[in-house]
Amino acid sequence: MNKEEKELLEEVVGEDPTKADSYNIRKNGQGIKRKINPNINIVSKENNSGIDIYVKEDTLFGTINIPVIITESGLTDIVYNDFRIGKNANVIIVAGCGISNNGHKDARHDGIHRFYLEENAKVKYIERHCGLGVGDGKKVLNPVTEIYMKKGSYMVMDTTQIKGVDDTIRTTKADLEEDSTLVITEKILTSNDQQAKTEFEVNLKGENASTHVTSRSVATDNSYQEFISNITGNTKCYAHVECDAIIKGNGKVKAVPEIYAKNIDANLIHEAAIGKIAGEQLMKLMSLGLSEKQAEDVIINGFLK
Amino acid sequence: MLELKDICFSRDGKKILDHINLKLSTEKFYVITGPNGSGKSTLAKIIMGIEKPDKGSIFLNGEDITEKPIDERAKLGIGFAFQQPVQFKGITVYDLLKLSTNKDLTKQEACNILSKVGLCAMEYVDREVNKSLSGGELKRIEIATVMARKPYLAIFDEPEAGIDLWSFQNLTEVFKEIAKTSLGTTLVISHQERILNIADEIILLNQGTIQKIGPKEEVFDHIFMPKKCCKEVATCE
Repeated sequence: MNKEEKELLEEVVGEDPTKADSYNIRKNGQGIKRKINPNINIVSKENNSGIDIYVKEDTLFGTINIPVIITESGLTDIVYNDFRIGKNANVIIVAGCGISNNGHKDARHDGIHRFYLEENAKVKYIERHCGLGVGDGKKVLNPVTEIYMKKGSYMVMDTTQIKGVDDTIRTTKADLEEDSTLVITEKILTSNDQQAKTEFEVNLKGENASTHVTSRSVATDNSYQEFISNITGNTKCYAHVECDAIIKGNGKVKAVPEIYAKNIDANLIHEAAIGKIAGEQLMKLMSLGLSEKQAEDVIINGFLK
Repeated sequence: MLELKDICFSRDGKKILDHINLKLSTEKFYVITGPNGSGKSTLAKIIMGIEKPDKGSIFLNGEDITEKPIDERAKLGIGFAFQQPVQFKGITVYDLLKLSTNKDLTKQEACNILSKVGLCAMEYVDREVNKSLSGGELKRIEIATVMARKPYLAIFDEPEAGIDLWSFQNLTEVFKEIAKTSLGTTLVISHQERILNIADEIILLNQGTIQKIGPKEEVFDHIFMPKKCCKEVATCE
């Protein structure tokens, strides 16, 4: 890997990905480096179309990094990664894709991630997406996440897409059984003519299942974002969906909330707020000596922190 | 020294401030008081640059700052605590104090600042400045962001607004401390007798004009007229 590729990897993972207990690094459609351990196994699917990750039951404090980088203009990479998390296991998974496109053709990555959490399993899943490069070819990312949660399982999903991705359609679907909890936080920043669409579909099937979905988005310049959430409560359950967006310039944001209670004990809440940066926030920070531009940056960085 | 010369401000055909002339000296604690709608908050906002006067000039230590924006006035040493503390998503108390002091503050230093406004500091530094904090807590943090700057002129717009009586009693102590230790000018907008009692001078505003300015002994007679009236009525009976 050259310096640019290493930097791209670190941008996705947040640090050197090979520091983890286990990892699988994929570059331009091919797996290039892998590490497994007695508790965490990674197996390639046929035709190199993805990997199966097996975490043994009762595995504690495991970390798994599975970053993808694309540096070839014109490449479309579709990958299927399945995570099977055993009973009572507790792991941190860092995934995501960095595209550096210096050419004229579009570069695209569609990562389809399926999570199967067995009883009382705990997962923290961090996903970062970014685009770099000076070419006029688009950087396109279309992640799909499917989550199946058994009794008592718990998953936190933090996704971030804060620069350089031209087009994205993000799809997240989850089925929650009894006493399971899913916490999703999504942060998206779009600029120039970028477009991002994100769709959540959470099905609260088991008693006392709960979910908390927070979406923070900033749309600047001529960019467009769409947030769709669809939560169904089939039994005694709880859901809270929060969509907050800041618009700047000609940025546009559309939020389409849908909550469907099918049971008298389903407690579902949706909050959505879209607007420009509040004038009083700017004034407060300016009264501390910040210029208007500095104040805007502080507000947006805090919002997406 | 801050000097306001002939400040006028109208909105929707109504005179909010009507030819205000005022000089504030260094190291003095002033309280502006007056009925609702008398122009107190507008006057404070005009000094900070949040509102622009229709007419008149503002001088800070002889420099005309009338056309200067908020941030430049802040850099010249004016601080402003908002009546409704501003809330932020994702910005912590620590972040805000770092911005206030404009330096790489340690957590211990941030805690020391919070202690001055009566907050048990370690519990607060990492909390977001959002609706999870109570009105009294937000108010204290707002005051702390101004104190942290050690401004030449500190303006506090109705510190008692929106907080319960118990919290306010504790806040009074904070202002007593400011009155004792501040090396600059302090200007507080307040209706509260406890705050008025701290003042070196009281400015009584009414219908956009300064009705009376002077030490509290002189101004109290004007402010507490209703009490006297009551006594007179009692005597007559």
